[in-house]
Amino acid sequence: MSFLSVSRVSKSFGGAAVVDAVDLSIERGEFFALLGPSGCGKTTLLRMIGGFETPDNGTIAIDGEVMNTVPPHRRPTNMVFQNYAIFPHLNVFDNIAYGLRRLRLRKDELRARAEAMLATVRLEGLGERAAGQLSGGQRQRVALARALVREPKLLLLDEPLGALDKRLREAMQVELRAIQRKVGITFLLVTHDQEEALSLSDRVAVMGAGRILQVAAPRELYERPNCRAVADFIGDMNFFHATVRQIGDSVTVNAGLLGILALPRANLAPGIRTDDHILLAIRPEHVGFSEAGVAGEIASATFLGERSHYHVKIAGRSDPVSVSGIAPTHGTVHLVFPPDHLIGLPNA
Amino acid sequence: MAIGNSGKGYVLLAPTLLVMGLALAAPLLLLAVYSLHDQNGLALGGWTLAQYRAVLASAGYRSLFLRSIAISGLVTLVTVALAYPMAYFVAFHARRKFAWLIALTIPFWTSYLLRVFAWKIILGFDGVINSAALRLHLIDQPLSLLLYNPFAVVVTLAHAWAAFAILPIYVSLEKIDRSLLEAAGDLGDGALRRFLRITLPLSLPGVIGAAILIFVPTTGDYVTPELVGGTKGTMIANVIEVQFNSVGNWPLGAALSLVSMAMVAVIAALFVASARAAAKAAR
Ligand SMILES: Nc1ncnc2c1ncn2[C@@H]1O[C@H](COP(=O)(O)OP(=O)(O)OP(=O)(O)O)[C@@H](O)[C@H]1O
Ligand SMILES: [Mg+2]
Repeated sequence: MSFLSVSRVSKSFGGAAVVDAVDLSIERGEFFALLGPSGCGKTTLLRMIGGFETPDNGTIAIDGEVMNTVPPHRRPTNMVFQNYAIFPHLNVFDNIAYGLRRLRLRKDELRARAEAMLATVRLEGLGERAAGQLSGGQRQRVALARALVREPKLLLLDEPLGALDKRLREAMQVELRAIQRKVGITFLLVTHDQEEALSLSDRVAVMGAGRILQVAAPRELYERPNCRAVADFIGDMNFFHATVRQIGDSVTVNAGLLGILALPRANLAPGIRTDDHILLAIRPEHVGFSEAGVAGEIASATFLGERSHYHVKIAGRSDPVSVSGIAPTHGTVHLVFPPDHLIGLPNA
Repeated sequence: MAIGNSGKGYVLLAPTLLVMGLALAAPLLLLAVYSLHDQNGLALGGWTLAQYRAVLASAGYRSLFLRSIAISGLVTLVTVALAYPMAYFVAFHARRKFAWLIALTIPFWTSYLLRVFAWKIILGFDGVINSAALRLHLIDQPLSLLLYNPFAVVVTLAHAWAAFAILPIYVSLEKIDRSLLEAAGDLGDGALRRFLRITLPLSLPGVIGAAILIFVPTTGDYVTPELVGGTKGTMIANVIEVQFNSVGNWPLGAALSLVSMAMVAVIAALFVASARAAAKAAR
């Protein structure tokens, strides 16, 4: 059994299902991200795992123990709240030591643990600072330290970097990953920033409208999304309508504008059968320029340094094709769509 | 002419400062001047500290001061202790907060005097409590210990000032970010510890405000002890009133007033300091 196992968990508020029959398994020591658009129920799911909401249905088990009705203060979890929730009447040291005081540690041991944690989050010497005098990044680190110092089995992080500017966020991402490696605690990170999820985590669950759409390692998620919603949410993607002709060792599809193509079997999402209408998806960086191929007009070009981003109009299609690369000419170009990079998704 | 920022501030404050100066500072100054004279028939005599000596030397006045402070201290304690749960309920558990606040403060829309008389009727020899208890055969004859004593003063004052305690405590409780309580729970605290370590310290400004708001005016209250206090419930304000209105010894009355003010100020300051220190100690 997995370390954290969420099975068939549902929760609704006022009749609206916010979390809908969610299954999730997370292994010990994993850095796991829960990714999804705003309002899809990420916080609600995290709060159920932390004990702040009770599931309507299903079970949540941590380390083999069912947690459904266990209050937060008896769970082996700690949480970094979306708004940090730093105690305003306590200084940095007392905020961090808050969860240690009731453990009846010896005084010097308590001080040593809190000081060590201050050092881990690089806040040495700021222990006496009042809570109100901290910058956004410092508040975030206090919240992290306060939760980590209790050495929970599972750390829940609710968009901990959401309130920070880009530079600080990137620096903190690196630190977060380093801290997780160092302490070896299982991290469950909620975010709506796909780059953050992909760059930090071992595995990512993509959520949409209260459901888990796909759980996979970052690279797999990027290269083999299993539905349009995931493909759309993660990075940029072109979609073409197609019909499945034949499924054998490779898959033959009629892709209209793109002609008849043969894709590797592995590129087809499960559950698709012959004669199904499907979507062919391809990333902008996989679309190539060549001498021959589908003719198009460059409608716009954005210079991005090493490469540029183009919108190419092709005949018989209203949406321009996104292409990332270096166009050989201005004006008319020819595009090729390597079958290895075309993914067949259900047309839902 | 350009007026600086602080200059503008003073311009805005000017009407208030003027009224305060005329209505508060001037009479206070006059009181101080009176207290430093002696009475010479109906006119003021020469400058002297005799009044203060008289106030401080008299055992009668001293015990009166102590009683005033004990009674209003008790009133403060009782009122805050009763108001806190009410404010807590409204802030944390009530659905229709505004309706509750209105309901809790409706009794205070009537006149203060009316409320004191109401208590007089409730506590009196043939009052509500006594007649009800007699009817129910709980007692054989009316209790006389309900009215005309410090107990009656405490009950009446505590009720009269309840709204002034509920509102500031409610405001400070309402301001507390609920996620702080969740965070405390997450960090291992059950309900009682959450209350003692988060809710109570964060609502302390409201509690201190309520306590000062009640302690200061009740120490100098004159109506309630006069009407329900009897001889055992007399407070310092009653004696001051007598000096001004009946005896006509204005300098002595003035000295009593100022000593009483100074005492209240010192006690209030000590209270605030110790409450702050206590909050610091509770981590
Ligand atoms: N206590 C509640 N009562 C009623 N509705 C709620 C409650 N908490 C959340 N919701 C609703 O549930 C939905 C999901 O909320 P949730 O906070 O889980 O979203 P989220 O994925 O964390 O979004 P974000 O990325 O913006 O934080 C929202 O539509 C929200 O309005
Ligand atoms: Mg959220």
